[in-house]
Amino acid sequence: MFSDKTLNQAHQGMKKWLEEVKKVTNDLQEGKRFSTISNLDIEPIYTPENIKDLDFAANIGYPGAYPFTRGCQATGYRGRIWTFRMFSGFGSASDTNKRWHQLLKEGETGLSTAFDFPTLMGYDSDSPKAIAECGKCGVAIDTLADFEVLTKNIPLDEVTTSMTINPPASILWAMYLVAAEKQGVSWDKVGGTIQNDMLKEFIAQKTFMCPPEPSVRLISDTIEFGTKHVPRWNAISISGYHIREAGSTAVQELAFTLADGIAYVKDVIDRKKLDVDVFAPRLSFFFNSHIDFFEEIAKLRAARRMWAKIMRDRFKAKNPRTWWMRFHSQTAGCSLTAHQPFNNIIRIATEALAAVLGGTQSLHTNSLDEVLALPSDFAVNIALRTQQILAEETGVINTIDPLAGSYFVEALTNEIEEKAWEYIEKIDKMGGMLAAIDKGFPQTEIANAAYNFQQQIDRGEKVMVGTNKYVTDEETPIELLKVNEKVEAEQIHRLKEVKRARDNRKVAQTLDALRVACKSDKNVMPYVIEAVKEYVTEQEICDVYRQVFGEYRDPGFY
Amino acid sequence: MSLERKLRVLIAKPGLDGHDRGAKIVARKYRDAGFEVIYIGLHQTPEQIVNAAIQEDVDLVGLSCLSGAHMYLFTEVVKQLREKGAIDITVVGGGIIPGEDIPRLKEVGIKEVFLPGTPLEEIIKWTKENVKLLR
Amino acid sequence: MNLVNKILEGDVLAAARLMRGIEDEVSDAVEELESVYLHTGRAYIVGMTGAPGVGKSTLLGSLINVFRKKNMTVGVVALDPTSPFTGGAILGDRVRMQSYGVDKDVFIRSLAARGWKGGLSKATVNTIHVMDAMGKNIIFVEAVGSGQGEVDIARVADTSIIVLTPGMGDEIQMMKAGILEVADIFVINKADREGADNLRTGLEVMLEMKTHLPGEWKPGIILTEAVSDIGTEQLAEEILRHREFLTSSGELEKRRRERAKLELTMAVESSLKNYIERMDKDYLAKLVDDLVYRKTNPRSAASKIIAQVSLGGKDGLFTD
Repeated sequence: MFSDKTLNQAHQGMKKWLEEVKKVTNDLQEGKRFSTISNLDIEPIYTPENIKDLDFAANIGYPGAYPFTRGCQATGYRGRIWTFRMFSGFGSASDTNKRWHQLLKEGETGLSTAFDFPTLMGYDSDSPKAIAECGKCGVAIDTLADFEVLTKNIPLDEVTTSMTINPPASILWAMYLVAAEKQGVSWDKVGGTIQNDMLKEFIAQKTFMCPPEPSVRLISDTIEFGTKHVPRWNAISISGYHIREAGSTAVQELAFTLADGIAYVKDVIDRKKLDVDVFAPRLSFFFNSHIDFFEEIAKLRAARRMWAKIMRDRFKAKNPRTWWMRFHSQTAGCSLTAHQPFNNIIRIATEALAAVLGGTQSLHTNSLDEVLALPSDFAVNIALRTQQILAEETGVINTIDPLAGSYFVEALTNEIEEKAWEYIEKIDKMGGMLAAIDKGFPQTEIANAAYNFQQQIDRGEKVMVGTNKYVTDEETPIELLKVNEKVEAEQIHRLKEVKRARDNRKVAQTLDALRVACKSDKNVMPYVIEAVKEYVTEQEICDVYRQVFGEYRDPGFY
Repeated sequence: MSLERKLRVLIAKPGLDGHDRGAKIVARKYRDAGFEVIYIGLHQTPEQIVNAAIQEDVDLVGLSCLSGAHMYLFTEVVKQLREKGAIDITVVGGGIIPGEDIPRLKEVGIKEVFLPGTPLEEIIKWTKENVKLLR
Repeated sequence: MNLVNKILEGDVLAAARLMRGIEDEVSDAVEELESVYLHTGRAYIVGMTGAPGVGKSTLLGSLINVFRKKNMTVGVVALDPTSPFTGGAILGDRVRMQSYGVDKDVFIRSLAARGWKGGLSKATVNTIHVMDAMGKNIIFVEAVGSGQGEVDIARVADTSIIVLTPGMGDEIQMMKAGILEVADIFVINKADREGADNLRTGLEVMLEMKTHLPGEWKPGIILTEAVSDIGTEQLAEEILRHREFLTSSGELEKRRRERAKLELTMAVESSLKNYIERMDKDYLAKLVDDLVYRKTNPRSAASKIIAQVSLGGKDGLFTD
């Protein structure tokens, strides 16, 4: 990318600069370390020399063209601003429906659903496992009846919805599809995402139910179904967010996410005999946007470039659309502090900016009080306005991939890509992600990185303002959202009513049919949809999965 | 010859919450501080935790919960420990716990609550000062 | 009710406390153990070793289930290494057996090696005794194999199981001295993995090369997929078959006599070591000086100490 003359000048200039600096100050002394939050060492200054092997056309290029370093959409944010998609949900379906209408009114442009733990884990609100957990960190959904309340007056042909749900993803998606149908919206008009990424559950988020192998089968079923019947739907959101939240480095987040993606693509091809160009365009991704500003931007650019290579070179995808990596981002929950919570507004703003400069397709910004409770109205508004201010006032959307060509950012993008490939090769040698998970490899890498970071914090090598530096003794407590204590009892009552009013014969029939489908290699989705229509509960369906596929228990890798 | 007695700690996550980053870090720290740690991981019922604590004769039980269900779950653990006669096992907790819940938790028998941001050394120091081998 | 009776009744709290005291060599506990020992000898002991990651704990979890279905009560002693740097340990075997966490007929105890290699620490042996006295029908001892570890476990157990998995370089492991002599049952876990058949064949060849006297036990190879509970019923049957063999051939009694002799030797060694810690410091220092300046040799010096012990009687020898 640079002429020999330029490179020579850069080299000589660097030497001279270093000499001058050493004469004047000890500021660049060896000993003090400047590194990213993921422990990548950073130089004091970057010059053309740092990226001398970079080829503009092959490595950077243009948005909308291979290798997509600069973005998938040719017109970037000038053509379409990222979606303001705020993850939300708590209490009952009607509580959440209310919050959703509020957020839409305040200008969010896409919905995103947070479910409570019983729902995430495939238990109904009346299960003994749901005691004290119902409605606490997300919305409680037991049957289609709840889902109809959740989506009341939400035009499902106009707004897209993301659902953070994993083992029961097929079920919640079925509820969404049936709810849309009841609204008179045909499935070809329905758009959204189900997270549906089980591999990262075994690695990081730990909302798991059945063992890895059958979990991947269920995912391939949903991907196949979406390809055939719900063309605008992203049947999976291959996630790095949770891997990062569990304590991984940026490189690990990237590498493990891509390795998961590779495993999924391989399974759909092997199991369903689908051509990669047929299903892969609808795969989507989900990354963390953490506090180390430039590391995140570089990571996202590297991610696009790597996935394009994986699709084109490894899986031989022919359609350029298949080489796209579209992703959602969320600002890092684990970067927020319980102490001096208003500081979190700044953290979230810079993290959001990094995601935008990294070219995210949609974004969730955390609320300042989320280390303490679910977001209050006050806090969630600030979070939403953060995105709006970035989009409308700061001018960062005026040009596409503004940091391209920065010696620093391009060098860092290269470095992160290189290190991520090393991990992917390692995992390949182990036999792929499922084998690596079985060995406990990603889990242990993450635990090591998390422990290492904590030690750095405890030693003061890394700082969290307000927690290990600039600590205030007296802190004024802030008003927190309280979930209505009666939610659990009311939900159990509602569930009872639904069970009483439904046709329990049909319930048994549809469950039997589902069980047979699970045991065969049929696609389970049509059977789940039939069951959901009869107001079969989420747990009743999950119990079939558990019976047929077995249950996965935490192996306790630490 | 009397050996130096090691303190035994049980680290567990009750309920459905799967966020185990903190629990694992605390388990490692206890190991690095010379303790013997029984890590039983996720999705434990209070009964499973109590049975393990008694069979392993631990001195301290550390519970982690980030889902908001701490009040019920932590109370159950303390209650069942007492019912089974294990009255001198100390129980502490951590996770996402609103400050205003802490006095109530202490009332039911949770000796201390360690919130996000607590330095690990502080947890060890507290343990050495407050958890003694009585027998 | 005194402690021994509580143990015999299966009181978990009392048993757990006693195990702790024994492990830490608290004098009261050590004394209690003397009475408890008189009620042991009924349980059947199964040792299980293998390299880290072969799936011993998961396998045990599945085996517990099988034995519980046969209405047998189960004890498990799970060993994990102690960090040589910090003296602490993470005991992470129990987590894979926690589904039995509320079954009152399953007692699982995790022990840190505390510097003992293999499985032969006093604490392990004595913890087994307490579980035995509690009335557990079958007691599993799980330890990390390190060559020496496999051999040690065999001295503690009636049946010794060695667990291997494909792809861990176990072919090399197998060559290590002692393993082939010592294992009563070989298990190839994760048998659905590539290389399982090769491993089995390799093992069979090695076993064929060993000379077998008529009437001797021929170790079998059981293939399992512990995560899916495949093969563990056969493994349980094989364990019971071995027990039957040992009992009817008189081998069981022979092994138990050897074990008793071993424990006796260990107790004598331990007591003598104690004595050295407790003896007159000046006298000891003088003996050490004599050795350093080559005025005497270790064996003669030792004889002097033993003579002291005989003279001193019980007091010098057994005080903790």
